[in-house]
Amino acid sequence: MKVHEYQAKSILSDFGIPVPKSGIATTKEEAHKISEELGGNVVIKAQIHAGGRGLAGGIKVVNSSKEAEAVAQDLLGSRLVTHQTGPEGSPVSCLLVEEPAQIAKEYYIAVIVDSGTRCPVIMASEAGGMEIEEVAATTPEKILRSNVDTTIGLQPFQCRNIAYGLNLPPELIRPAASLIANLYRLFETKDCSLTEINPLAVTSDGQLLALDAKLNFDDDALSRHADIQSLRDSDQEDPLEVQASEFGISYVKLDGDVGCMVNGAGLAMATMDSISMADAMPANFLDVGGGATEEQVAQAFRRLLSDPQVKRILVNVFGGILRCDVAARGIVAAAQETEAKVPIVVRMLGTNADEGKDILNESGLEITMVNDLNEAAVMIRQAASAS
Amino acid sequence: MSILIDENTRLMVQGLTGREGTFHALRCMEYGTNLVAGVTPGRGGTTWEEKVPVFNTVNDAVSETDANAALIFVPAAFAADAILEATDAGIPLIACITEGIPVMEMVRVVKYLEDKSSRLIGPNCPGLISPVSKCKIGIMPGNIHTPGRVGVISRSGTLTYEAVNQLTALGIGQSTCVGIGGDPLVGTSFVDLLQLFQEDSETDAVVLIGEIGGTKEQEAADFIQHNFTKPVIGLVVGTTAPPGRRMGHAGAIITGSAARADEKVKALMDAGVHIVPSPAEIGSTAKKALG
Repeated sequence: MKVHEYQAKSILSDFGIPVPKSGIATTKEEAHKISEELGGNVVIKAQIHAGGRGLAGGIKVVNSSKEAEAVAQDLLGSRLVTHQTGPEGSPVSCLLVEEPAQIAKEYYIAVIVDSGTRCPVIMASEAGGMEIEEVAATTPEKILRSNVDTTIGLQPFQCRNIAYGLNLPPELIRPAASLIANLYRLFETKDCSLTEINPLAVTSDGQLLALDAKLNFDDDALSRHADIQSLRDSDQEDPLEVQASEFGISYVKLDGDVGCMVNGAGLAMATMDSISMADAMPANFLDVGGGATEEQVAQAFRRLLSDPQVKRILVNVFGGILRCDVAARGIVAAAQETEAKVPIVVRMLGTNADEGKDILNESGLEITMVNDLNEAAVMIRQAASAS
Repeated sequence: MSILIDENTRLMVQGLTGREGTFHALRCMEYGTNLVAGVTPGRGGTTWEEKVPVFNTVNDAVSETDANAALIFVPAAFAADAILEATDAGIPLIACITEGIPVMEMVRVVKYLEDKSSRLIGPNCPGLISPVSKCKIGIMPGNIHTPGRVGVISRSGTLTYEAVNQLTALGIGQSTCVGIGGDPLVGTSFVDLLQLFQEDSETDAVVLIGEIGGTKEQEAADFIQHNFTKPVIGLVVGTTAPPGRRMGHAGAIITGSAARADEKVKALMDAGVHIVPSPAEIGSTAKKALG
């Protein structure tokens, strides 16, 4: 789960990490007031979950509270389009109004779990402010890494090594080491999947300051962090994806026009790949999950039918825990109530496949049954040329 | 022969008395697995389905039945504890089906396992099956498998069934099939299994099915190039997945160029792996590679 920058900074602050003075504005009047309190000259940052806000005009420096009000009026209620949002953009419903910092130098610091070393790793770099993937690709020697042994936890010497490795001025070694220890404590306590401060600034008056922060949380651990769950902003997520997740369905919206419904993530990706090899593009990733019920399958199928972008549908079910007859009943229930008009291609195999096919055949729905992925691709191609 | 499991496997199921545990344990028995014990705290002393004794602790189950493999169906919140309990009891092979264990818990589990004698398969996996030994420790449909000399390794569940089904349809039997799991942190890697298949005199070739996310396929490619002498047939799915979006599995997310399908395919191809051109051609590519 992602949170907004202002929420991330508030959590950082709770863990003793210095952040700029700021306020949150949901109206232009509030933006005016906060800006006035901070002395007029402020940075206004649109709060959306995607990156690339600066280039997209979502971050503005203003010199007066009047100007702050005008910028707030423009941004609030708009949709910000960045290279990460897609063409529809993300809604801006609140602004972070922040005191600007006099920056002497920018650094990068983050904690993630590295699946290679199978432990949390502290990553730090003197090349702050840049995308870390870019630094990793062009100048990997500029990235410091320190693995955490969770049996003993992050040790003070590791924090000092990173601080010295960043070539910080002597008087900032201890504050930086303590900041790193606090960032790791946050990562562990709140079950983060990523804690990132980029940039971490050293200000011209010699202070450490987290200028931008990104916190992502492990979805599988959210059930034990009610405080984090309450920070969820569903408006930043695709409404279809939010609905799907409420039904325990894993769904990701994509750009194509072939709706697909599959059981299992790997087989779903394989099905999407097969669709693209038939010169078509999937409209979504959809995994109904291992033990899906008839109602879950019906919900999933309704997702596809209610997506105006979907012009044809491919269902691929390999019955295991999910029985094909259960899947078939779900499909029929959803298709009959919405009078589906799009061509539907179904491939069913495994547990109770024959019963499943019978249910579909007897439903009166126009469904093309296929036996394997090759045939499925051929039928999807034909459905395209027919429509 | 097979790897990891055989006729001498004595299975204990943790979470046996639950709905999923019961359903799948029955299917494992039907397939031929020797199920000797169940563990559900609070149910010790009872008999499951009038067949198998249930114990309160793994220690009790092991001392009474000599169980030497564990299959875990415990809910996510308690699954890490179940893995640790089986490890502490010295069970050599543990397969964890449970999906949704928090990653920091798995960090501690794999750390604890480092110097122990147990091997963990999963979590978030379909388990493993050896058609040759008629032994199934997992949730895969047994009837699609047929005994033979090809090993199958995969990060996914139903896609493994797809692969096995294609192999069986072309008369290519399997020695052992293992789903390593869809999470970023799993107990057993492609490399661990390739090592075992290399040493197994009754496995002639391996079908390896990868997906986007992480660098597990590159590590496998490196091992294949330098240490693996048998033919490998490889498929990587997720070519059409956009970066930054999690494709169901927690581990299936493109976070950098190495996590992309094309990079993984290239690494495997450079290592001499027979690349499967499309998911429909797993069986036919294997057939060609086997000559």
